[in-house]
Amino acid sequence: MAITFPFSAIVGQDEMKLAILIAAIDPRIGGVLVLGDRGTGKSTAVRALAALLPPMRAVVGCRYGCDPAEGQPCCEECAALRAAGKPLKAHQVPVPVIDLPLGATEDRVVGALDLERALSQGEKAFEPGLLARAHRGFLYIDEVNLLEDHLVDLLIDVAASGENVVEREGLSVRHPARFVLVGSGNPEEGELRPQLLDRFGLSVEVRTPEDLASRVEVVKRRDAFERDPAGFTEQWKKEGDKTRKRVVAARARLNDVQVPDSMRERASQLCMALGTDGLRGDMTLIRAARALAALQGDAEVKPSHLREVAGPALRHRLRRNPLDDAGSSTRVARAVAELLPA
Amino acid sequence: MNPLPGSLDQAPGQSRGSGSPSGPYRPDPRHRLDSLGDPAEPSLSPGALLTAALLAVDPQGLGGIRLCGPASAMRTAWLNHLRALLPPATPWERLPIHATDAAVLGGLDLAATLHTGRAVAQQGLLARAHGGVLVLGMAERVPQGMAAHLAAVLDQGEVQLAREGLSERRPARLALVALDEGERDAGARNDGEQLPPALCDRLAFNLDLSLDFAPENPANSDKPPAETWTDKDITAARARLSGVSYRPQAVETLCATALVLGVDSLRGPLLALRVAQVAAALTGALEVDDSHTALAARLVLAPRATRLPPAAEADAEEGQTEPTEPSANEPKDESDEAQNDEAEDPEDLNGPDEQNVPTDEELQLAAQQALEEMVVQAAIAAIPPGLLAALKAGEAKAQAARGGRAGAAEKNQRRGRPIGARRGEPRAGARLHVLDTLRAAAPWQKLRRGLLPAAVNPASLNANNATPQGPRILVRRDDFHVMRFKQNRASTTVFLVDASGSSALHRLAEAKGAVELLLADCYVRRDRVAVLSFGGVTAQLLLPPTRSLARAKRSLSALPGGGGTPLATGMDAARELAIQIARQGETPVVVLLTDGRANIARDGKPGRAQAALDALQAAREFSVSKISALLIDTSPQPQAQAQNLAQAMGATYLPLPFAGAKGLNQAVRLASGLSASGSR
Repeated sequence: MAITFPFSAIVGQDEMKLAILIAAIDPRIGGVLVLGDRGTGKSTAVRALAALLPPMRAVVGCRYGCDPAEGQPCCEECAALRAAGKPLKAHQVPVPVIDLPLGATEDRVVGALDLERALSQGEKAFEPGLLARAHRGFLYIDEVNLLEDHLVDLLIDVAASGENVVEREGLSVRHPARFVLVGSGNPEEGELRPQLLDRFGLSVEVRTPEDLASRVEVVKRRDAFERDPAGFTEQWKKEGDKTRKRVVAARARLNDVQVPDSMRERASQLCMALGTDGLRGDMTLIRAARALAALQGDAEVKPSHLREVAGPALRHRLRRNPLDDAGSSTRVARAVAELLPA
Repeated sequence: MNPLPGSLDQAPGQSRGSGSPSGPYRPDPRHRLDSLGDPAEPSLSPGALLTAALLAVDPQGLGGIRLCGPASAMRTAWLNHLRALLPPATPWERLPIHATDAAVLGGLDLAATLHTGRAVAQQGLLARAHGGVLVLGMAERVPQGMAAHLAAVLDQGEVQLAREGLSERRPARLALVALDEGERDAGARNDGEQLPPALCDRLAFNLDLSLDFAPENPANSDKPPAETWTDKDITAARARLSGVSYRPQAVETLCATALVLGVDSLRGPLLALRVAQVAAALTGALEVDDSHTALAARLVLAPRATRLPPAAEADAEEGQTEPTEPSANEPKDESDEAQNDEAEDPEDLNGPDEQNVPTDEELQLAAQQALEEMVVQAAIAAIPPGLLAALKAGEAKAQAARGGRAGAAEKNQRRGRPIGARRGEPRAGARLHVLDTLRAAAPWQKLRRGLLPAAVNPASLNANNATPQGPRILVRRDDFHVMRFKQNRASTTVFLVDASGSSALHRLAEAKGAVELLLADCYVRRDRVAVLSFGGVTAQLLLPPTRSLARAKRSLSALPGGGGTPLATGMDAARELAIQIARQGETPVVVLLTDGRANIARDGKPGRAQAALDALQAAREFSVSKISALLIDTSPQPQAQAQNLAQAMGATYLPLPFAGAKGLNQAVRLASGLSASGSR
């Protein structure tokens, strides 16, 4: 694969970078949706995500990359091994960040019969699709708002159940498919269906930087990267390692971060004031605040954490209010200023 | 894949190709764009030749070019010229816009697969064009999905395939030549037909043949251009390109220029920087100098401009008549002495830098400012006149573009233009796609035949399609593919006419005339129309949605004027009607004719202040409902009130004094066109 632009070398776009880091620290938050203008580095940031993630342990030889730890969901093959009392051999693999290309057909996404073997040997064998490859990792959809409807339905279904079921040619396969959806798109090119919108834990809006200095810096770095990708990446390697260490440390700390009841109350107040649908908003807000606290090395969630993640966690869950034509970011900011004064 | 692409003696571009390769090495021809109309000049203008040369030096780095203008001998000549400049055996592929995903991305080669008994992948067009040029015809009609594929390939330089049991990556670094044949009426955007902005943004150049090129002259078309770059120059420039350096000032200048011109996307300055480097390589310079920067701004940034710097607006208006003159001279003339004079200039500035800090900083700052000014001027002068007019009227348009409505082009199971097939069962009216179904079934035949129960008795099957092995083709439910269609929604135009006393005084009659023109246009487009009016204390539905032009005309001409202006009530009624229309599956467009001076509040009580507040509130609700709207100001002088109202509505604002019949027509089409294009 081509060398990707280093994450640390992205100029500005702090909210986007923070949201991506938070999603990497706690996958349960449910992924990130990056919406914004053309040429703001949306895809660049998401593609750079892979290099930030520490490797994970997976069962050797498992096509789905099952987690060898006890009590984790696993595929049928691993379950059979486990039931037989055989120890599962594990090794370190990179966390998958899988691109879902536009124009992918359904059979490649969910998996299908192995064509090669069907043709040459006349046997039925299941060949896992993109969803299997994305298990325990990230599924990245560029131009998410242009995705075919039937694929969107399918993704929502699998993302909700964490399991992929394939029935084809009398073959019935089910395997775990827990992945974090990461989407990016330009809202001017088509709107996103609300059902899919709600699946994303965090949403960020990116804009082109307005000040000259950072624009110059972006152009300089990008041009330097294009002239010498390897050298540029090497130059930023140290920064990248630092960020990765922060993510690893934050992950280790995550479960020890306390969430005081007062903070939970504040979070719910905020959601009520904004009128978000359902409880997903409350939960995401708390989880994101906890991940942020872990990233910043704090022992418990504080109002400052809530303040910082309220925008990304809530802004895509607001209903349109006919009496208030302000953008949803403004409305969140207003509610935060009111309920969580600095 | 392509046996003889672009090879010099065989390319269709013979007249140009054979004329120039042996020509002398001339890095700096003095071309003057101001002598454009001169019949003695070759048919390709120097600007066009220069663009072709730049693109030929670094096709992949520059992304490509959008070539505007109708199909013409000129366009063919330009393409041939470009092809002749590229090294022999450079891939050159044409992409038909309605090519299927399988053809573009690649897929299963069914014949080879069945023949060899293993999955054989077929290269798509994108992979075949790797390292070369992909020509996209009728680019203004390219579907959004295809545009997204192209954008992804331009970004990543590879095709990612995940189709039909195959998943692989293939390199596809290519330059895109988008032939945009959309008409460039000043201001009007032709029912939203244009190259998708996402794609436009990734292409360095935007060349308008009709603007930049002299009218074609058949008598001279065979004569090779007097001076031009040859393929040897291109090869030499390619070798030099990686060694070209630039000073930080060049980046700053380009970024500042982009900011001044309202080029938001950072791909603008990025591509401009690349063009500047390529220009330096082409002229044999080792460092980007001011002339290269100016050239890059002119070629890359000017066509992307979305606003004019405040000071330049007046100048630019005058400059419209001869838009390309100053800039054309600048880069060309200077590039002549580029290596000699210009390159030394910065040293003069930087030299004393170390000795005397404070004054030099000022000096440098001043020089930087002067350079920026020069570059901005060059860019402004190169903005095509049509774009200038569009920019002036553009503010409202940019806003309106945000209010795209989802589903203006809806997917339909039964009717419309076919857009491919998907797996699914032919139920609920969906039609079976026989070919794709058979195609899907084909590779599995061997497997299925093997699994066929031995007890199947061929004799029990229909004698016609039974062979000793069973039926000829075994089709399973999984193979079923159904057709998918896309249909543009019909649109309904709702006219909301202010029939109050104030409006009647002004020009109800004129407004009626304008509406009648619009009605005729609606009729041509088979749109439905509805007419609402408000006056006195109420709003009334004069004409429910209909296709009958005569009825609409009658109801309008019978409309009496007089009474108060219950603007809020009228807008509420229009919004309700529009929402109702949207629920029926059509796209509503509201055209509001008013002077914006409300004096009856929602509750029917008179009072200007409350009425104005209510009207603004109603306008906001309008904007939240995301209904495309157009506000035509019927007062003799454009009113701030009406303008504010339009802004709150998210509507396009159009004062009647400036809106001739044609302008009105275009504005309505714009409002409806945007609603269709904004949502694809």
